[in-house]
Formats: sequence, C-alpha cells, structure tokens
Amino acid sequence: MAHRHGSGHDALGWVLADGAIVLLLAAAIGYAVALRASRSRSPWPVRRTLSWYAGLGCASAALLGPVAGAAHASFTAHMAGHLLLGMAAPLLLALAAPVTLGLRALPVAAARSLTRLLRSRYLRGVTHPVAAAVLNAGGLWLLYTTPLYQSMHGSALLHALVHTHVLVAGYLFTAALVGPDPDPHRASMPVRSAVLIGFIAAHSMLAKWLYAHPPAGVGRADGEAGALLMYYGGDAVDVVLIVLLFSGWYAATRPRAAARAGMATGS
Amino acid sequence: MSTADRGDGRADPTSAGPGTAARADRRTVASGFLFGCGIAASMIDLFIFHLGLQWHHFYDLSTTEVALAADGVFHAVGWFVTVWGLFLLADVRRRTDVSWRRWTGAVVAGVGAFQLVDAVVNHKVLRIHQIRYHVDLLPYDVAWTGSAALLLLAGAVMLWRTRQAGAAG
Repeated sequence: MAHRHGSGHDALGWVLADGAIVLLLAAAIGYAVALRASRSRSPWPVRRTLSWYAGLGCASAALLGPVAGAAHASFTAHMAGHLLLGMAAPLLLALAAPVTLGLRALPVAAARSLTRLLRSRYLRGVTHPVAAAVLNAGGLWLLYTTPLYQSMHGSALLHALVHTHVLVAGYLFTAALVGPDPDPHRASMPVRSAVLIGFIAAHSMLAKWLYAHPPAGVGRADGEAGALLMYYGGDAVDVVLIVLLFSGWYAATRPRAAARAGMATGS
Repeated sequence: MSTADRGDGRADPTSAGPGTAARADRRTVASGFLFGCGIAASMIDLFIFHLGLQWHHFYDLSTTEVALAADGVFHAVGWFVTVWGLFLLADVRRRTDVSWRRWTGAVVAGVGAFQLVDAVVNHKVLRIHQIRYHVDLLPYDVAWTGSAALLLLAGAVMLWRTRQAGAAG
C-alpha cells in the first residue's frame, strides 16, 4: 500500500497505494456524512468524532507518511508503523463507535439490513474475542516467524494484504473486548479478561523472541530496537485496553439505590 | 491467605444485604493484595531493576522457550492485576468507607507474596532471569527472598491487627 513512488515498483503498487488513500478518504467523508445525516437526533459525543479522525490519522501515518517510507529499510520504523496501524488506529476507530453512528444515520430499512448483517453467523464468529485474538496475534506470529516478512517487502500485493489484515484484525479484537458499539453476543468479563491476558502474553513473548531472532534481512541493532519498541509500545496500548475493560465492568456493576442508601447511613 | 483473597475478588454479588460489610472487607483485602502483586510485577521490576539499577536485562538470551512463555504470562497478569486492584478499590469506595490501614496491609502482603513467588519460581525454578549478573548471587538471593518473606509477614500482621475494624466496615 505505502510504496515510495520510485523506480522498482510496478503499476500494481501504484494502484494499491492510491487504493489506500481512497479508502482512508472514504472513511473520513463517510463519518462526516453520517454525522450530518443524524444531526436531528441526540447529540453525538465530540470525543467519538475526535477519536475517529485521530484513528484515521494514525492509519494514514502508518500507510502513507514518512514512517511508511522508512519501513522498507528499517525494522524499527516498520514496528512504529505496525503499532500505529495494528494497535493505536484500531483502538481509536473502535472507540468512535462507527456502527452506532451508521445505525443512527441510515434510514430504518437500511439500518435493519445492517443489523441483520452484523448478526450473521460469520460476523458473530470473527467478532468473538477468542477468534479476533487468534486472527490478531496469529497474524503477527506468521508475519515475524516465517519468511512472510521478507516476501512482503518484495510484493506490493502481499504488503497490502498484510497491512489490511493488521488493521482489520486489530479493530475486531479491540471492538470485541472494549468497543462501545452494540454487541448482542458480547463475551463475559472472565472470557474477555482471559483473552486480553493471553494476547498481552503472546505479544510480549513475540517481542522478546524477535529481540533474539530478528527476521531475515534485519540487522541486529535494528532488530533489538524494533523489538523493544514493540514490547513497550504494546504495553502502553495494552494498559489502556485493561483500563477500558474494567471501566465497562465498573459502569455495569454500579450499586443500586439500596446500596447507596446503605452508604449514606454507614458513614 | 493469598489464595482465598484472590478467589474473593472474582466473586461479583450484586445484592445489598447483611453481608455487605463483610463483602466490602473482602474486596478491600483483595484489592490491596492484587494491587500489591501488580506493582511488584509491573512497576517495581520495571522502574527499579530494569531502568533504575539496570541489574535486570530485557532478555538475557539464555532463556528457554517455556520460561519465555511463562515470563509473557507473568508480564500480562502483572499489569492486569494492577488495574483490577485499583478498580476494586474504586468499587469499595463508592459503596462504603475504605479501611485504608487494612488496604495498606494487603498491599504490603501482596508485594511480599509476589516477590517470594518471583524469587522461587522465576529465578530458581524457571531461571527466566537472575537478580543481577556477573556477581555471586547468594547474598542477593538471601536478601531478596528474606525481604519478600518479611514483607509478607508484615502485611499479614497488619491484616490481623485491622481485622476488627475491617469486619465492622
């Protein structure tokens, strides 16, 4: 997707790079159009709008900016892009509740169709936290422990597929764990907790493993710096995910009136 | 003590009744214990031993794959229980008054318990990493394990001495 428009890249590379720009622009315009279409309804929280555009900004930086250019030569830059595209952008995009906004903006018939689609067996499957975590962490293991990382840099199509997977799997994972969008089959707190712990463990294991075994073609110092960035950068986003998970629990277990009355007399 | 506390933190009864004070007390202890374990695992280790003293290495390259996997799980659970402990504390606070002395006792016990597990399981059984490298380890192991046991004991004493206040709410 994010290819330097220089020599050595074929027409497909150009098409895919332009495709990424078109998709990002469509996402930016789509959210604005939906906001406008639903402006007669209850006010939409500004933080969600900010979150959507910040998420698109992170994805753009990873796919099109100087980070993307440097990622061809530097594993550390690749890892910075990966953190932006696979962790920061999905978190910000999921917190923007795009499905909720879409349901508000669409006419009733279309909104019903969207709901039917979201309830379909396939989407229910991939939005289960376990499936989403396997897609997310499994994709990373494939990318970094097989020759895929090296082949990706030789093929524009493979490069585009890997980056699409990283963003989509990251989004599904975040939305399944802590997303504000409606989720009629949301997994229980213990299941989501176990999945999140498992994911953080897998992510930090992979980072430490990469520290000692950089992908083919990556120098030792570059590999170590990239692995450290993956470990500590991943931690920062993971702690935010844990806090959001418990915030949901905290709101859902709000004491009822009886308990509050007890508190008033007790103190 | 430790296993019972951990189990109670998981329970999530929603009804308010005669057991409310006892439940708040269990939550206070569970919160402190989890938070103590968590800061020992995530913050004391990171800020003091990795970044401050630089005795610990990010990865000492001699680690077996089983140990690396165990280290990843320890790492994840460390952050998880830190946040969990704080949210349990917030939950107790919004329901009743927090017995801070009791909570502090549980934190001290939690730090000691984690350091003890770290010394025995991580340093000696799995050998993920050592306290320091290129030195005679014995004094370090004795100091680490001894201080952990002392902290656990001090926390247990604090919990014992505050048990009345805790049970009364």
